[in-house]
Amino acid sequence: MNDVVIGTGEAVVFWVLGPISLAGALGMVLSRNAVHSALWLINTMLALGVFYVVQEAPFLGAVQIIVYTGAIMILFLFVLMLVGRDSSDSVVETLRGQRVAAIVLGLGFAGLVGAGIARATQDLPVAGLAAVQGAETSNIEAIAGLLYSRYLLAFEVTGALLITAAVGALVLTHVEREAGERRTQKELSRARFLTGRAQTLPGPGVYARANSVAAPGLLPDGRLAEDSFATGIEPQEVEQMPRPAGRAQLGSPDAALGTLDPAPSDVPGGREGGDHR
Amino acid sequence: MILAAAANQPTLEDFGNDVWWIVLIKVVGVFVVLVLLTLFAIVFERKVVARMQQRIGPNRVGPRGYLQSLADGLKLAFKEDIMPAMADKPVYFLAPVLATVPAFLAFSVIPLGPVVSIFGQQTPLQLTDAPIGVLIVLACSAMGIYGIVLGGWASGSTYPLLGSLRSAAQMISYEIAMGLSIVAVFLYAGSMSTSEIVAAQADGNEVSFFGLEFTGPSWYAVLLPVSFVIYAIAVVGETNRAPFDLPEAESELVGGFHTEYSSLKFALFFLAEYINMVTVSALAATLFLGGWRAPWPISIWDGANSGWWPLLWFFLKVVAALFVFIWLRGTLPRLRYDQFMRFGWKVLVPVAFAWILAVATMRAVAREANLSTGQVALFVGVPIALLVIAGLLLASRASNRDTRLAAREAAAGSNHPTEPEVLPPPGPRRRPGGPSRAEGGFPIPPMDLAVPPSPRLHRRDAVAPEGAVVGTGRRSTATIEEDVDD
Repeated sequence: MNDVVIGTGEAVVFWVLGPISLAGALGMVLSRNAVHSALWLINTMLALGVFYVVQEAPFLGAVQIIVYTGAIMILFLFVLMLVGRDSSDSVVETLRGQRVAAIVLGLGFAGLVGAGIARATQDLPVAGLAAVQGAETSNIEAIAGLLYSRYLLAFEVTGALLITAAVGALVLTHVEREAGERRTQKELSRARFLTGRAQTLPGPGVYARANSVAAPGLLPDGRLAEDSFATGIEPQEVEQMPRPAGRAQLGSPDAALGTLDPAPSDVPGGREGGDHR
Repeated sequence: MILAAAANQPTLEDFGNDVWWIVLIKVVGVFVVLVLLTLFAIVFERKVVARMQQRIGPNRVGPRGYLQSLADGLKLAFKEDIMPAMADKPVYFLAPVLATVPAFLAFSVIPLGPVVSIFGQQTPLQLTDAPIGVLIVLACSAMGIYGIVLGGWASGSTYPLLGSLRSAAQMISYEIAMGLSIVAVFLYAGSMSTSEIVAAQADGNEVSFFGLEFTGPSWYAVLLPVSFVIYAIAVVGETNRAPFDLPEAESELVGGFHTEYSSLKFALFFLAEYINMVTVSALAATLFLGGWRAPWPISIWDGANSGWWPLLWFFLKVVAALFVFIWLRGTLPRLRYDQFMRFGWKVLVPVAFAWILAVATMRAVAREANLSTGQVALFVGVPIALLVIAGLLLASRASNRDTRLAAREAAAGSNHPTEPEVLPPPGPRRRPGGPSRAEGGFPIPPMDLAVPPSPRLHRRDAVAPEGAVVGTGRRSTATIEEDVDD
């Protein structure tokens, strides 16, 4: 009765992805960085998803990737990323012999579970997918049929449980606010226009010759804009270029480039005025 | 739905029987199509946005500037590759790859055309298909999030981390809305395979309207308009495009998640974004716009849906969808983050749920009462749509009531002061009689360029300056509060 035939493709996929998923599991346990652990776990979950697809359960595989890898692990990562990058696990053993005990117990548990499953499935007759769900119906239809007839109650109870959890989280984190406690955007904008300054404060360094926070902004007449002084920093006045006021000090643009003429003109600006506008 | 599918319409049995070199041709073909479409989309976007902004856009490289993105891509590949000192090196390296690979993978289930003959082999113009075809696209877009999230985290810098946190929350929220919008299509098509969804949109709906027989459209964009609108909004959020490009909001986060990336790694992120755009456009064409089948006036011609012609209709639909993406970017300002999340969770998801409920109910009723899809759409859908549109019109009019009344009063010469007291009184600029010659007018440039005394100077003298200690109290002079969300 035990006539399982594993195709070449399936065997290849198994022997390629099996080590990969095992490596993911080991890496998840062994890496120090929490985000690296999560990445190894994602690796294992992806491999499992491919295993499902290969074993003719494409819907389960897709759901595994979309829900577990795509949504749940992203939320894990979301939290881990907020913890900080450099928070690695401590390598100091707080309980003496804990690591050895954990390894021995873990191996023992794996052995027990593996042996149990092996014994339970040892002489199990293999029916095949087509015999169970009917050759005509697809895998998705078969799952849908079972889910909405035989396992309807379990399905709905699970849904109710998840909804309860979600609503509970919302209720626990909700902050009650009185109406009018916080001013709306419109009220804030009205209040701002009723003060002397409707625009935002000038940023430091915007009108100055430096972009340091310590360099204050300049008013059009050259004085420092006190509004732009940064909190807690002594304002550093940036050395100004001499301010040219007109053509006489600036010189003509051509003269600024220098001249090839060995005898430079003594007229400021290099040339006689009038030929430039 | 029983379909009289044409002979060249591929079914699920047609897939998986190809010779290895046909598979190779298809794989290379999909890759080349995606890369070419990316190059095209970038230059197309720049040109269209330029036209919308009264500019010309790129016009130097190649004929009429169409090779600009190729030149940019080559330049990007040869730039210096910078690894930030704070970066988590393996993850930093892995992130762009993780963003790009699923983007390419998702296109493998998009049907590009019917069964054609390639070097004598009859094969559908689609790399592969599965009973769960559309779910593969969803799974790939779920995996693509990792690239962005990990890229932002691994950069070891503040702005990328903020960008990646935003993108994680955003893409999960909008993926839910996107998945829900597709459910109604599954219900109507009775399948999740892309080729069968295209087949389900093949024949028009025969409708008899008080003795008048005609063939209605069978595109799901028409039959399921709410799904289509939700899908269109959700995929813009899903692909991080303007106005939902919060993970890379350049005015807030510099470059967002890719701030620290350069050279080929940045190019991969760029490629992934545009390929995702192409993929969701292609999926929109497949699910809602009839796939590779010719639109109505062309479909009268018998040969429109056979041979290689459908490739043309398909890519025209994709380019039209891409144009909408670009149009949105050229038109709409970026949303504030909390408004964006509220819109996703409080508008899109509930509407999608209500719509699925309505569609499922109508399907059940129609099956009991033996109504055809066309009859349901005509006698139930159209009246309800009219009711909803009328209700929305009334609601928008009611919400604008205050503004409308104020405008009417203002037009009638109201007693409300229109001049706010905080504005300075009209100065010499508003003197009657027009500007003097020295001030300059439209044709004459100003003649005296002396800087006028700043109006602020007087005010500043009146208010006592804060004194020599300037280190504190920067924010205490005015009662300015931050615009915080209510």
